[in-house]
Amino acid sequence: MRVFEIAAFAVRGLTANKMRSGLTTLGILIGVASVILLIAVGNGASSAVQQSIAGLGTNILTISPQRAQPGSTAKPLTTADAAALVGADSPDVKYASPVVSAQATAGYGDTTHDIGQFIGSDPRYFNTTNSAVAQGNLFSDNDVQQARKVVVIGATVATELFPGTEPVGKSMLVNNIPFTVVGVLAAKGSSGLQDADDMVVAPLTTTQNALTGYGSLTQIVVQAQSADALPNAQAQVTTILNGRHKITGTADYRILSQDQLLTARTATTETFTVLLASVAAISLLVGGIGITNIMLVTVTERIREIGIRKAVGAPRSSILGQFLIEATLLSLFGGALGVAAGMIGSQFTIAGIQPVLVPSSVLLAFAVSALIGLFFGSYPASRAAKLRPIEALRHE
Amino acid sequence: MSPVIEVRDLRKTYGSGDTAVHALRGLDLTVEKGEYIAIMGASGSGKSTLLNILGCLDVPSGGKYLLDRIDTGEFDEEQLSLLRNRKIGFVFQSFNLVPRTTALANVELPLVYAGVRRPQRRERALAALDLVGLGDRTHHRPNELSGGQQQRVAIARALVTSPAIVLADEPTGNLDTDSSREVLGILDRLNASGRTVVLITHEDEVAAHAMRTVRVVDGRVAGVLV
Ligand SMILES: Nc1ncnc2c1ncn2[C@@H]1O[C@H](COP(=O)(O)OP(=O)(O)OP(=O)(O)O)[C@@H](O)[C@H]1O
Ligand SMILES: [Mg+2]
Repeated sequence: MRVFEIAAFAVRGLTANKMRSGLTTLGILIGVASVILLIAVGNGASSAVQQSIAGLGTNILTISPQRAQPGSTAKPLTTADAAALVGADSPDVKYASPVVSAQATAGYGDTTHDIGQFIGSDPRYFNTTNSAVAQGNLFSDNDVQQARKVVVIGATVATELFPGTEPVGKSMLVNNIPFTVVGVLAAKGSSGLQDADDMVVAPLTTTQNALTGYGSLTQIVVQAQSADALPNAQAQVTTILNGRHKITGTADYRILSQDQLLTARTATTETFTVLLASVAAISLLVGGIGITNIMLVTVTERIREIGIRKAVGAPRSSILGQFLIEATLLSLFGGALGVAAGMIGSQFTIAGIQPVLVPSSVLLAFAVSALIGLFFGSYPASRAAKLRPIEALRHE
Repeated sequence: MSPVIEVRDLRKTYGSGDTAVHALRGLDLTVEKGEYIAIMGASGSGKSTLLNILGCLDVPSGGKYLLDRIDTGEFDEEQLSLLRNRKIGFVFQSFNLVPRTTALANVELPLVYAGVRRPQRRERALAALDLVGLGDRTHHRPNELSGGQQQRVAIARALVTSPAIVLADEPTGNLDTDSSREVLGILDRLNASGRTVVLITHEDEVAAHAMRTVRVVDGRVAGVLV
């Protein structure tokens, strides 16, 4: 009975100044919603990265050039290196595809599109990267030998450049050089931080001719006979490359297995999530300080009212209760709206990332917001409750 | 007759050291049940200080205050708030109504803290407002009422719990002659119905309503005029 009456006083106190209550609620709402949403975005990004790396298969090694140590010269990775990796000395290596990549702009008719990644390689590349063709064909070894100007395009490039038309057979411009589209790859979806379908693959020779020149390869992608053969394949590749590059000390290339790649990328996205979460936590804290501030103002402004209540016989506990309930209602209400906003917000794709809700973050944000109300509200409330009636009534 | 208020050697000092103000310096006073007393005295003589202590709004620095023969000095804050709620009705010069709250809710306030249930509370608050002639103003907020009406709401709030004593610190100090007359009429009727009334005033016409006048000089009672 009594608690109910005191809660009613608290509600009346809040509704007496709707604007101020609303703004405080908004502060908590934004804090809670951003904690939930930003953690969901971070989580979504890292799970997408994990999926895309897992999609590569477990029997892949990537070799990339490494900067030379001082005092020695680094040899570039070459097509010959790639060719040497497949042979009698390396029974556990199935394929080795040389890869170069470039930035390029594609055009068709009046439409232009900045391609995310322009890749030059050989037909085995499609196999190692699990790329399936949706329309048309892949290019052949013969296309590579003849350096034909043919390309296989990703799904994003197809929709951007050829809306409503059949791309296969069309001629598109890449940095103003005409290429014929021979195939379109099946969509893979966004891989977290980048769109895996925003890519074009052309024969290695053509790409070197037209775009990159004949410097070092960007990568050699090696496919082992099986996942179990991966360690052996890695040892054989190392031996061959060390021999060809005459390595005695530190190598001028780096071999990463899919496992190592996964670990490296996961670490990056975890840092990213932590960063997002701390930004969000700060905004939650600011919301909490907002509540304390409002409660201090509310209590100070209403010290005379507190004096009146005490003069007619309100015990200390009921004054304390009234203001604590006010503060807690503010933060619970803001927290509930924030949870709703965060959950709704995480249904949308944000900056190319599909957020994945972390249930514990929802609970945490909500609990923290409620505690913030109790914690930050209790100081001004207990200060108000301790006043002697006459002191409160005399307050200016 | 039994004394409802008994004050012995009451002292109140504000501050300490060189800046200490001795507002009450050993004041003695006895008020019998059903009495109507006016307290008069120069400004700064300690009248309000005395009344605040009688109303348990403040605590004395020394001396004894027996309310209904109970020593209030032994009470803690929780028990004092109970006393304020059950035994005392206080009327201030500046009304002191809760802002943005209707007259009815203001009068109900002491009953809420007394734990009276809603229907009963409403009934008693409406009766109290009727008694002060504001039965038609129950849903007005303080800022929609005249000074005299606000003071009558404050009196209704002071009497709604049927307290043993009603204390009023210059209740007509901010009011014009007509409003003063109404307020004093209500206090007269309260006293006629058996309530003990103690009021502070600077005006002889107001003091004339009381049975006796207590004169305070420099924190002591100077003499009792009958
Ligand atoms: N909170 C306080 N702190 C310090 N001094 C105070 C305080 N309250 C009152 N005093 C001092 O105590 C003395 C008595 O004050 P009190 O308010 O009781 O006078 P009063 O008789 O009611 O005067 P008035 O007729 O003007 O209302 C005064 O000198 C006043 O300055
Ligand atoms: Mg005074």
